[in-house]
Amino acid sequence: MPKIIIDGKEIEFRQGQTIIEAAKEHGIEIPHFCWHPKLSVSGNCRMCLVEVEKMPKLVIACATVASDGMVVHTESPKAIAARNAVMEFLLINHPLDCPICDEAGECKLQDYAYQHSLGESRFVEEKVHKDKRVKIGPRVMFDAERCISCSRCIRFCDEIAKDPELTFVKRGDRVTITTFPGEELDNPYSMNVVDICPVGALTNVDFRFKARVWDMSHTNSICFGCARGCNIEIWVRNNEILRLTPRHNEEVNSYWMCDHGRLNTFKFVNSETRVDSPHIRKDGKLVRVGWDEAFAETASRLKSINKEQIAVIGSPYATCEDNYITSKFARSVLGTNNIDFIRHTDYSFADDILRREDLTPNSLGAELVGVRPQKNGLNIEGIIKSIKDGKIKALYLIEDDLLSIDHELENYLAKLEVFIVNATNFNQSTNFADIVFPAATYAEKNGTFVNFQGRVQRIRPAVATIEVDRALEGMALSRLDKFGTKFDRWAQGKHFDARATWKILSSLSNVLGSKMKYQMAEDVFNEMASSIPEFKGLDYDVIGELGAQLKLEKVNVV
Amino acid sequence: MSQTSNSLKKRKKDLTFWQKIYIPEIAKGLALTFKNMVRPKFTMEYPEEKFIPPPSYRGRPVLVLEETGEERCVACGLCSRVCPALAIEVQAAETEREKERYPEKFEINMLRCIFCGLCEEVCPEEAIVMSKDYELAFTNREDAIYGKDKLLTPVSQLEDRIEFLRKYK
Repeated sequence: MPKIIIDGKEIEFRQGQTIIEAAKEHGIEIPHFCWHPKLSVSGNCRMCLVEVEKMPKLVIACATVASDGMVVHTESPKAIAARNAVMEFLLINHPLDCPICDEAGECKLQDYAYQHSLGESRFVEEKVHKDKRVKIGPRVMFDAERCISCSRCIRFCDEIAKDPELTFVKRGDRVTITTFPGEELDNPYSMNVVDICPVGALTNVDFRFKARVWDMSHTNSICFGCARGCNIEIWVRNNEILRLTPRHNEEVNSYWMCDHGRLNTFKFVNSETRVDSPHIRKDGKLVRVGWDEAFAETASRLKSINKEQIAVIGSPYATCEDNYITSKFARSVLGTNNIDFIRHTDYSFADDILRREDLTPNSLGAELVGVRPQKNGLNIEGIIKSIKDGKIKALYLIEDDLLSIDHELENYLAKLEVFIVNATNFNQSTNFADIVFPAATYAEKNGTFVNFQGRVQRIRPAVATIEVDRALEGMALSRLDKFGTKFDRWAQGKHFDARATWKILSSLSNVLGSKMKYQMAEDVFNEMASSIPEFKGLDYDVIGELGAQLKLEKVNVV
Repeated sequence: MSQTSNSLKKRKKDLTFWQKIYIPEIAKGLALTFKNMVRPKFTMEYPEEKFIPPPSYRGRPVLVLEETGEERCVACGLCSRVCPALAIEVQAAETEREKERYPEKFEINMLRCIFCGLCEEVCPEEAIVMSKDYELAFTNREDAIYGKDKLLTPVSQLEDRIEFLRKYK
């Protein structure tokens, strides 16, 4: 393999790689603004200037292809002087907006100003004034003064979102970004420009001014919005999710995620409609009760019903662990073979970038762990038909809304002898439920999702429930979480009394007389790994941050 | 130093006659006592009489209210970040005004505050300053959390502190 020497360190590179790519692969960070690993090279910020021996002038590392024997200096006096000069030029017209800028704390320009600039401005003239607070699209706000014209957002729209909407206009210090006439920055991936913008020129309208980045904790997780399972980070302050950002995973989503996933998949976690503590219907109304009372009531009512007249509906929104326990609970505790889950597909949602027609994160996982009709058991259509025929007397619904797919069922659900729901939020189905258990959302539990490729990926708790202590559970802690007491208003965020479905069902099995001994989600996963062939050899450590590919005979794309 | 050690070493045999008979020394001591009896008093009849501190005094932190009736603070959160006692909570929100951002909520927990003045030092807008108010007594924890209603103080009352900061900060 050809070799290149960067700062005295000899590194190998592949033919065709640029200096910055080769350096990045070996952990050498060359400062840059406009270069992005997934976008074309633009070379206009000049921040990555490096000295290459035998070249007359400094070259930009992002556009110079490495060649064998090249000797590169990134810290030579000439390179440092060039970087200082570039920073000084960039800061000439950059406003001193940091106190009101949302990017502060994760701003490349701010960081580099500390690392690579002289710290003082020699510019005494008036800075250029441009438009501030321009709503460039429904979900993105643009501040022209802060823009350093790196063109990342323009290239993103052209190359990744495949929807050219942005362009540069004017020249020199008046250059600014705008949308084409009659266009808006409204493609389904528009908010990725907020992440790639190295300064605070493009900001997230939904998150704007909600919190400072240093006040939040961030937890690696998986997007809940569709079967792609984009890797994300959940940003939490005071036990409330404030934003989601994509996390790099080349096998799944690269650096991106769609706006639907970013905006619509976390608000239900802290919403008013969350089920808080178990509820039992008394005199036609759902009343809050304790866990023990709810378990005892459920057990006594389920016991009186014939096995064939019970149906269980698992959930593609729940984790593999939840569905595994659901399936085990249905088969060995309730003794029914009528088990399936509801498929939520929308072909108009899919595209050829990231979005999938399957709107749930774990339908493949649910099926793999056994949420499918067992020997002559009814599938979902059969269950719905039997409910209408009156053949099913008891229904256990896990984290889903049955009425969202069949509105006619309304009249029949009320006639069921027992209708139990594990729900994160009250929905149309809980209106008819006799017993509602509060299920933890994907942001409150450990577990795994299997995406449409058959890749098993981990989710982690980012929001604490009432029985969880952030520090003891090993959850991500912000500074405020570390030092807050019960007397501090900024540490009194809402904690819901909810539990993961696997936990609810195993407690329920214990009440019903079949012991299930699981301490944590990992125990459930380890049992899955030993009993389900597709999961063989896996554990939470093997799955790690980026997931693991299951060995599937046929990838069952919904 | 040498004088004191010398006088310490003075033995009885070294004393002069006048020192030996004590009377002039008693008179000297009593003279000092009587002098202090007629000197002006330092003690104040607090709370009837109030102590007004100099501008360098660090009383409870307050927010500057401009003459236009708007707060100066842009809710950048630096005071909250620098506060070693985590006394300050800021929630920013958007405003139609030119500066875009204002504190929707600004609370200082006076039970946590240690009057170090770092919030004042870090503030990029000169929006939080230490006042001369030292009278802080509460009967419960909730009362000790001061919101914007108690914190906002007209700039006219804070001029000498702001001047002091410009001079010495």
